[in-house]
Amino acid sequence: MERLKSLCPLKGHSGIVWNIAWHPKGQILASCGEDKTIRLWNYKDGDKSVLKCLLADGHQRTIRAISWSPCGQNLASASFDATIAIWDNKSGQFECNATLEGHENEVKSVAWSRSGSLLATCSRDKSVWVWEVWEDNEYECAAVLNAHSQDVKKVVWHPFDDILASASYDNNVKLYSEDPSDKEWTCIGTLSSHSSTVWSLAFDKTGNRIVTSSDDKTLKIWQKYLPGNAEGILVKDEKFVYKCVCTISGYHTRPIYDVSWCHLSDLIATACGDNSIRIFKEDELSDHNQPTFSCIVHMNNAHLQDINSIQWNPIIEGILASCSDDGLVKIWKVNSI
Amino acid sequence: MGLDNENPTLFIKIKDREITETDYDDNDVEEIDSREIFDLIKGITDPEHPLSLEELRVVDQSLIEVDDLNNIVKVLFTPTIPHCSMATLIGLSIKVRLLWCLPSRFKISVSITPGTHASEHAINKQLDDKERVAAALENTHLSTVLHNCIATA
Repeated sequence: MERLKSLCPLKGHSGIVWNIAWHPKGQILASCGEDKTIRLWNYKDGDKSVLKCLLADGHQRTIRAISWSPCGQNLASASFDATIAIWDNKSGQFECNATLEGHENEVKSVAWSRSGSLLATCSRDKSVWVWEVWEDNEYECAAVLNAHSQDVKKVVWHPFDDILASASYDNNVKLYSEDPSDKEWTCIGTLSSHSSTVWSLAFDKTGNRIVTSSDDKTLKIWQKYLPGNAEGILVKDEKFVYKCVCTISGYHTRPIYDVSWCHLSDLIATACGDNSIRIFKEDELSDHNQPTFSCIVHMNNAHLQDINSIQWNPIIEGILASCSDDGLVKIWKVNSI
Repeated sequence: MGLDNENPTLFIKIKDREITETDYDDNDVEEIDSREIFDLIKGITDPEHPLSLEELRVVDQSLIEVDDLNNIVKVLFTPTIPHCSMATLIGLSIKVRLLWCLPSRFKISVSITPGTHASEHAINKQLDDKERVAAALENTHLSTVLHNCIATA
């Protein structure tokens, strides 16, 4: 049996806190929200986490999402003001040294590829943009992808390949990659099964599985199949397909706004509109073509309002961060009892 | 530009809530009920006519469900005509009024009375998307229109 212990709540934001992101080294947590600020918190075990710095004046409206570059030198922020800001601390303190424009309206999500040479953004304008990252804060748009028919909520990169996934209000997830022959980015797959908005998704550490979370109150697990697979799953004209192999339903009572798949422990954590955090673990004898998962933690009233985001610490196993409409950022420790 | 519904049917307003002795007792905790929710939204002005949502019977106490213990408020509203282009705006004004007035513990759902609008599913989905509602409220033009509708409530 596991349980969650809350470390000291991080207070400071006014209004909704929309997103959090752990620095790749696991010692800093960034948060952003309705108050148009980004806050960087120094993580310390116990009740000692403190505000390290506050980044303001980068955006005119709500900051919806943030993402650290894999090297940990840059932080990208996506805002309802239709821009993406890039912050770095080359001068000794964090400053906004580039602003990316092009989306027609609210930018909903931003993500760096594993190599750090690509940045993806998505917007209510239904498009997904891929940006090439050059030296000296130069960013060049490499692709505008219009595969979705509605508002795009989230972009996430594969853990080591340059494969991009996006989740949308149109209930689908799309996958993209660059065609090596003509360097064109194209949609290479659609994950279709949810019956409402897909709010978020996460890859497992192998990249062979994806978990998606939706307004339809379910999680779905998708397994990758290559051509000629032993299971006889048809892979038509493509290099691979992701097929839904498990639907986790009956646990969440409201929309699931975020999901995080820990690459250290393989545990899945969810952020839900019912104020709860839940943690799922794959069962020991689970068949990988028909896996089963059990809920090992249900933290009722983890926050006083909707939980918008959740993320496992990438370095320190069993440490989880969450943020909520209640204005708080919380850090949690998973304890076995 | 013509009006969506040029000649809407008018309905009679209900009487004010009767004040009882317990209303003056600070120690008497009363749960939030459907009448209280109705009183919060009945005076919202229709975006097209200088009439209240109550007079147009867009909102009705019988279509409000409250579960105070479980922090749930569900409001159904009925557009005056099935192709009303103002339906999203009306729904948003009800939602915003309740978001601003009720304690933050409440989960508020505002949706169209089933079968009363041609695009009810799409409108319900939009009203239910907290991210889009948050973005709409930051839109200066839209928030002015909303403030004007809510000012009379």
